[in-house]
Amino acid sequence: MVRIEEHKHLTENKPIEQAALPRRVVIPLVQHLGKRLDRVFVKAQDHVRRGDCLATSDKGVFAPVHASISGTVKQVADFPHPVFGFCRAIEIESDGKDEAAESMKPRTAGEIASLTAADIRTIVFESGIVGLGGATFPTHIKLAPARPIKDFIVNGAECEPYLTADSRLMIERSLQIIEGVKLVARTIQPENVFIAIEDNKPQAIRRMKEAAGSLGWHVVVLKTAYPQGGEKQVIKSCLRREVPPGKLPFDIGVLVQNVGTVFAVYEAVYFRKPLYERVMTVSGACLENPKNLLARLGTPVKDLLEQCGPMTREPKRIIMGGPMMGIAQFTPEAPVIKGTSGILALDEDEEKEQEESFCVRCGQCVENCPIGLNPGLIALAIAKGRLDLAQEYGIMDCIECGLCAYLCPGRRHIVQAIKAAKIKIRKGKTT
Amino acid sequence: MADKFFVAHAPHMRKNESIAGIMWRVNLALIPSGLVALFIFGPSALWVVLSSVLAAAGTEALIQKARGQKVTVCDGSAFMTGLLLAYNLPAHCPLWVAAVGSIFAIAIAKQAFGGLGRNIFNPALAGRAFLMAAWPKYMTTFTKPFVYDAVTQATPLSLIKEGKASGVVDLGLSYWDLLIGNRGGALGEVCILALLLGGVYLLYKGIISWHTPVSYVATVAVFMWAFGSPDGFGRGDALFQVLSGGLVLGAFFMATDYVTSPVTKKGQVIFGVCCGLLTGVIRRWGGYPEGVCYSILIMNAAAPLIDRFVQKRRYGASR
Repeated sequence: MVRIEEHKHLTENKPIEQAALPRRVVIPLVQHLGKRLDRVFVKAQDHVRRGDCLATSDKGVFAPVHASISGTVKQVADFPHPVFGFCRAIEIESDGKDEAAESMKPRTAGEIASLTAADIRTIVFESGIVGLGGATFPTHIKLAPARPIKDFIVNGAECEPYLTADSRLMIERSLQIIEGVKLVARTIQPENVFIAIEDNKPQAIRRMKEAAGSLGWHVVVLKTAYPQGGEKQVIKSCLRREVPPGKLPFDIGVLVQNVGTVFAVYEAVYFRKPLYERVMTVSGACLENPKNLLARLGTPVKDLLEQCGPMTREPKRIIMGGPMMGIAQFTPEAPVIKGTSGILALDEDEEKEQEESFCVRCGQCVENCPIGLNPGLIALAIAKGRLDLAQEYGIMDCIECGLCAYLCPGRRHIVQAIKAAKIKIRKGKTT
Repeated sequence: MADKFFVAHAPHMRKNESIAGIMWRVNLALIPSGLVALFIFGPSALWVVLSSVLAAAGTEALIQKARGQKVTVCDGSAFMTGLLLAYNLPAHCPLWVAAVGSIFAIAIAKQAFGGLGRNIFNPALAGRAFLMAAWPKYMTTFTKPFVYDAVTQATPLSLIKEGKASGVVDLGLSYWDLLIGNRGGALGEVCILALLLGGVYLLYKGIISWHTPVSYVATVAVFMWAFGSPDGFGRGDALFQVLSGGLVLGAFFMATDYVTSPVTKKGQVIFGVCCGLLTGVIRRWGGYPEGVCYSILIMNAAAPLIDRFVQKRRYGASR
């Protein structure tokens, strides 16, 4: 791990703003890690309201999706998807009224107090909540671990450059996050609760410490270093324990949830509000007014960029997520989805990308790899077509944080080669 | 807004660092020592440096051109090889010797292995070793400092090896003389203060880490203190040994060469300690008065082996 350029000053002091109501939204049927939703409740011309469930499935790993505006369903068809290129999605045209679904009524204090762990899990499932840190794994599954959870870590590290959405959420909604943490804690009954924040967010640390008050939880101040917010890193930093290769955090009795996810749990339980909007940082060198926006899911990236404009220069890349692990978009029409923590308009061009030089064995990638791999050596093995060697060198343990490629003075495409090779290996290829 | 954008895998930002940037900063770190050499040995030092650097850069350009590759002379790596080789030569050695050494360093030790990043041996040291084998007379005729004329003077280490002196006092030198470079020796190795200035700059900039130079120098010091004197154990002059010969130049600028040394910090300490032991053995019992060059070359060959057995512990692996 190592400290890298942060670019967070662009938005870290900008309060969360409600984004303009989009004229149309596109709700993809995959916004989670898992299978595509196959039970679609709506068809063209149907009228929907904000919070209505649009699609779900029966078995397996998935989370339902909900309407983020009120209006008319135009079609269910293939649309650009920020991760998969194209994906089946539900297009809704706004009626401008932004009516809420009838079901969206706040719960009373008495109702909330009487909820059982199973009730909370059901609410989380029905609200379509997934891990908002970016992995988008359905939260209700994580809340039903096969073995007891000893340590629950609320991840507010937010180590990706530019992104400040979690930081703002902790500053502005600390009490609500704490309520969310209580709900999750009620569900999984951990012995210890940790709230992990990097030391470059002093305001968030202060607010969370105040809000946590005398609950006996640990607000852990982490050293600012990338990728401190990675699940494995945050576990190591808080607990000085490591997740063995091929295992999951719950195997060692740990649950990690992003602060945004916990906040979504709070809203779902208190207000019967499904996950149809989230806070995201819209930033980058090309925008005159970068912001933290509370945006409806399905809003085209373009709409949100325009709200942070004007453009100071023509963007060369549009990134969904952070610059280290985010996904480059081929079209500004792509909708924002549950896992969208940020949108970046960058002017880094392809020329710089292409000046790939030789490995001079400077050791930067080795020294800083958070998993302790030798990324440069793995990339050389891949270049030689030796996927067997790459596996021996631990390629499958790579968390794809991108630090190796960021640091490489030879600008070698190390993590890029690793990602491609991992896909090949999973498909059973050997060269 | 355009409707199409550049698509690539993450990361979408990179540290503002390049191989050329690193190489030129190493070259910059070598400048003080060169300037002092000019002051100590006169203009002939400059001519040796120039002919070595020009031959190195020219050879690199010619070979890359001939092989139809992009000419990368501007990345400063051939320049660095030329500079380091010159720093290992006597200030009054014939200019053609410097040039031939550089041509060998670049053509044989670097380009024949595939160019930047692929050589097994440090090119400058390979060039020096070649010259030692081919023209030992030119390579061991050192000039007296501050005379600016080809008045010869043996190096302190060779006087000791030949039994003509046994320590600083016999040599008529003080430690201060050794620090500022008032002694016979290769043009870039004599002024320890100038070398340390460059070395500290590289450490400060994070271009080299302390592991190799410190372990190397410390090992030589301890070894020579223990075994360095024929009078018995623990009678050697560690400080004299550290300040003499090419140890500081080698430890900070050549044993730290990325390409030919181990990649892990632990590996670099092993590398440094082994270099130190070999240097000590050669200085004390070997045929040469000085052992830095051969120690590093031998360890260059062992670097891949060190990398193979000394790896970082993987996250989640048992301790």
